[in-house]
Amino acid sequence: MEDLRGHARVLKELKLIDYGESPQFKGVELTELGKFITNLTIEDEPILAGEMVQTRSGAKPLGQLLKDLRRQVLHMIANAGSGHLGASLSIVDILAILYFMKMQHDPINPDWEERDRLVLSKGHAAPALYAVLSEAGYFPKEELTTLRELGGRLHGHPDTVTPGVDAKTGSLGQGLSMAVGMAYAAKLDKASHRVYVVIGDGELHEGQVWEAAMTAAHYGLDNIVTIIDRNKYQLTGTTEEVKGVEPIADKWRAFGWNVLNVNGHDHFAVLDALEVCEHTHGKPSVIIAATTKGKGVSFMEGNKFSRSVPNAAQLKQALEELDRR
Amino acid sequence: MQLKSQVDYFGRALLEKGTANPDIVVLDADVSASTKTSYFQESYPERFIEVGISEQDMIGIAAGLSLSGKIPVAAAFATFIVGRAWEQVANTVARQSLNVKIVGTHSGLTPSADGESHQSIADIAVTRVLPNMVVEVPADAAAAGWATRELLDRKGPVYLRLGRGSFPMIYPDDIELEVGRAETLLDGDDVTIVSTGSMVHVALSAAETLMEEGLSSRVLDMHTIKPLDCDALEKAASETGCIVTVEEHSVIGGLGGAVTEAVSERKPVPISRVGIKDRFGQSSRNYQALLERYGLTPEAVAGAARKVVESK
Repeated sequence: MEDLRGHARVLKELKLIDYGESPQFKGVELTELGKFITNLTIEDEPILAGEMVQTRSGAKPLGQLLKDLRRQVLHMIANAGSGHLGASLSIVDILAILYFMKMQHDPINPDWEERDRLVLSKGHAAPALYAVLSEAGYFPKEELTTLRELGGRLHGHPDTVTPGVDAKTGSLGQGLSMAVGMAYAAKLDKASHRVYVVIGDGELHEGQVWEAAMTAAHYGLDNIVTIIDRNKYQLTGTTEEVKGVEPIADKWRAFGWNVLNVNGHDHFAVLDALEVCEHTHGKPSVIIAATTKGKGVSFMEGNKFSRSVPNAAQLKQALEELDRR
Repeated sequence: MQLKSQVDYFGRALLEKGTANPDIVVLDADVSASTKTSYFQESYPERFIEVGISEQDMIGIAAGLSLSGKIPVAAAFATFIVGRAWEQVANTVARQSLNVKIVGTHSGLTPSADGESHQSIADIAVTRVLPNMVVEVPADAAAAGWATRELLDRKGPVYLRLGRGSFPMIYPDDIELEVGRAETLLDGDDVTIVSTGSMVHVALSAAETLMEEGLSSRVLDMHTIKPLDCDALEKAASETGCIVTVEEHSVIGGLGGAVTEAVSERKPVPISRVGIKDRFGQSSRNYQALLERYGLTPEAVAGAARKVVESK
């Protein structure tokens, strides 16, 4: 962490990085050039890849866990015959960091009152959440093959019938409001748990997101962290083609939120940003995580596998590529 | 008959329940002075969430509170809370069968002067279609107070429909009804008048007129639209041979729709639906004049009853 801050100071002197204006603001914001440079240095060599994390099958390096999760997501969607592959792959790193390195939760006791909550508002990324929950020990790995099956517990979009899922989602734009309710309840109970919400960048089109953003800031709900999966695509095309969402950071800042920009595949930066959120008081935080849709399999990156399902050959090729990484 | 306000009784019952149960949290969308959640707000400001003019967010927040073990009561005008925020009510509250109490005030044509944008002709239809929902439409202020107390003690999603202004009192203040069971206010065997909410006293007064003409009416207060008391309807159909429904709501999808569905399956008999005939409301400085324009009067109900008796 100290190293990162040291690097940040150098980057600031080189004018590649900006600091927020709030006195509580401990995060950093990269300029376009700064992002480019950090991407170059981080993408190929994830700093935390060797970090050991606890899974149901014992400790394994984060890098290995992420590969396993991606592999499971690919298998699940290929097996189910439908599902949002690109949007699931873009969020794997962030969900894994939350569940394996940040959140307080207990797979043995999913209803533990003091657990941190996660609302996957971009519910179409459910396969990524299921893979993470299964690895964490909420339900057997074999159950992953039942995605979208009649009578199964792994619905097309998150459902509380699945152990570990904190809220039913699927209809875009509604997760943040639910998180506001959970965070308000925690404040009433003087409880210290936190509420994480993952929303898509296209989801920012939904007006309710902004209603909830206003409410969270009005009540100073600093126990909420919104993570925007900025993978730059929605179903029909790029967000900027369909209906521009930029400047995202300025919008949230104007709504009274503490705003952090990170590379969503830079594990160190995501962890650091989550820590900054924990030390931000009096206002909610949003992390705008720049991600790559379809991350991890070169030919799936972008919007090609937004909804399409890999055939047997593509699945084999994707799994081979993951193995080589 | 004495006139009393439903929202006043709701507000007082809410305060009473909120005092006894610290898990109750109240949400409002900038209309607390009208919905009378203000009584609770004054006593328990920390458990009152002013969400502002954003009903969709309000329903989502209520869902989140419920997921964290609270008992949220969200109130606003009927057409906005279950109309504008319908998809939130459906997809977030009803689908999870959350313990959220949704209170729609100013229902039907009761906000007469405000006009059709603020009136609600479809709120019963859009809530009763949702799985897991209980839909309760009290006939007077006393029943509104009972419904508030009763529904806060039950688990699960509820829509409570209240009117603006004052209505004739049918029940004593301490009335205890039963959710899902129609209340028989008058027994008779020529025709059954099934009514709900503000139209129950209209039904009673129509029954009086009919009585003078020698027609004996059974009057049911169908205060719970869902779950519907199908047994009482089947019995009424068998014993009186015809039915009139009366509601301050569209005849499509509301009480008339619900009764017709049930009776046609259980014991088909002629039915006449009195209500708003597939049209929106309109402005009227005088509420009674608006009801007359829309045919929601004892005379109209009596007329429908005479006709349906003839068609037996």
